[in-house]
Amino acid sequence: MNPQQLEELEFRLLLEGVFEVYGYDFRDYAEASLRRRIRHWLAERRYPSLSAAQGEILRDRAVFTSFLQGLTVNVSEMFRDPRFFRALREQIVPFLRTWPFVRIWVAGCAGGEEAYSLAILLHEEGLLRRCRIYATDINEAILDRARNGIFALRDMQTYTRNYQLAGGSGEFADYYQARYDHALMLPALRDNILFSPHNLAADAEFGEMHLVLCRNVLIYFNPDLKERALRLFDTALTAGGFLCLGMKETLEFRSLAASYTEMVKGLRIYRKEYPD
Amino acid sequence: MNDLPAPPSPSLVVIGVSAGGFDALRRLLGGLPADFPLPVLIVQHLRAGSVALAETLQRFCAIRLKEADEGEPLAPATVYFAPADYHLLVERDSTLALSVDPPVRYARPAVDVLFESAADAFGPGVVGVVLTGANDDGSRGLRRIKAAGGTAIVQDPADAEAAQMPASALAAGAVDHVLPLADIAALLCTLAGCAAPQGSVP
Repeated sequence: MNPQQLEELEFRLLLEGVFEVYGYDFRDYAEASLRRRIRHWLAERRYPSLSAAQGEILRDRAVFTSFLQGLTVNVSEMFRDPRFFRALREQIVPFLRTWPFVRIWVAGCAGGEEAYSLAILLHEEGLLRRCRIYATDINEAILDRARNGIFALRDMQTYTRNYQLAGGSGEFADYYQARYDHALMLPALRDNILFSPHNLAADAEFGEMHLVLCRNVLIYFNPDLKERALRLFDTALTAGGFLCLGMKETLEFRSLAASYTEMVKGLRIYRKEYPD
Repeated sequence: MNDLPAPPSPSLVVIGVSAGGFDALRRLLGGLPADFPLPVLIVQHLRAGSVALAETLQRFCAIRLKEADEGEPLAPATVYFAPADYHLLVERDSTLALSVDPPVRYARPAVDVLFESAADAFGPGVVGVVLTGANDDGSRGLRRIKAAGGTAIVQDPADAEAAQMPASALAAGAVDHVLPLADIAALLCTLAGCAAPQGSVP
């Protein structure tokens, strides 16, 4: 067995072990990125090999927690892809207004960047009080960070530019307070956000949604797991509701494609059709 | 019976390029025939929101160019470009993958990310090419390609618009071929077992 095959075996054994011991299932994640993240974690923690780390990961929950962090931390930014947020504001919010109460699911919310962006957008459209945003992630440590609403001050310049390009109608600086090197989002923004753990590989959906955002999360899944997650979203979405994917993700070639229409060409905003 | 086994035939070509890349790619890809038998994957460093290279370069090239779609199966005679602001990777099942993981030494897409995933997935079947550029992205990836038994090609730094990227790839480890840009397309055709088109690209 050559070193590469041996490494493959180590990856497979570890993922099986993690599933058996902790119930987290990474066996259907896309391999190339997962392998990269695992190697990165090993190098940071200075383990000589995966086998050397395996015992500690399986026996020591603190080590596993760090491993889980390394595997699942997604990075995002506020109002990432401003054209998407502008289309959401201009073309989708009018539909949201027609419902008396709007339930929104941000799946794979990471540090809360998109959940806060949505809250700001909905506030400016006078809709926030009628909305409940469920922001979920597999990674509980990052959810704590999201709940605290603290972001790096150095990122605010990018976020401000994104906000303006996305059609923001106020001043982005009004939504946070600068403290030393960080920015604290106004606590009132999260009155209508519920951050909670949820695993797209294992858990069920939790109630009817009008809008689901899951952007740049499915790219880390293999085709089976993508299909599973999309079926969850489909079960959760009410007829006439909206599904938003990342700019390089598409429903094309997926089993759901037939019952969805892309609302804004190229921006991956899909509407679930009403049954005939 | 004492003949050496045939060397493994390559499965794909991966190319990394940065500063000076547009012109280099125009000349290199312009030298590949429309029926080039392998898929070609390219990372060029771009600013987010830059125009799609595939569209701009297509009129200079016989081979089909496109931006990589997530989950897309690799096809021969096709050049795939990493989309701006995404890493491009290749999976063992011959499909393309994208990620928004953090930039690798300021680069996303990063050449190292593509090259390492290709070495993992295709081992000796990978032909890696480092072209002009003003940073050291690609060096580690090219070393990984070599270590996995693949073929490493570097543009002669003296011939490159920006010498740093090829020079640092050479400094990082052994490579198989160092040559001027004008000769790289013909070498790729030889390695892939096809005829280079007649006439050269200015």
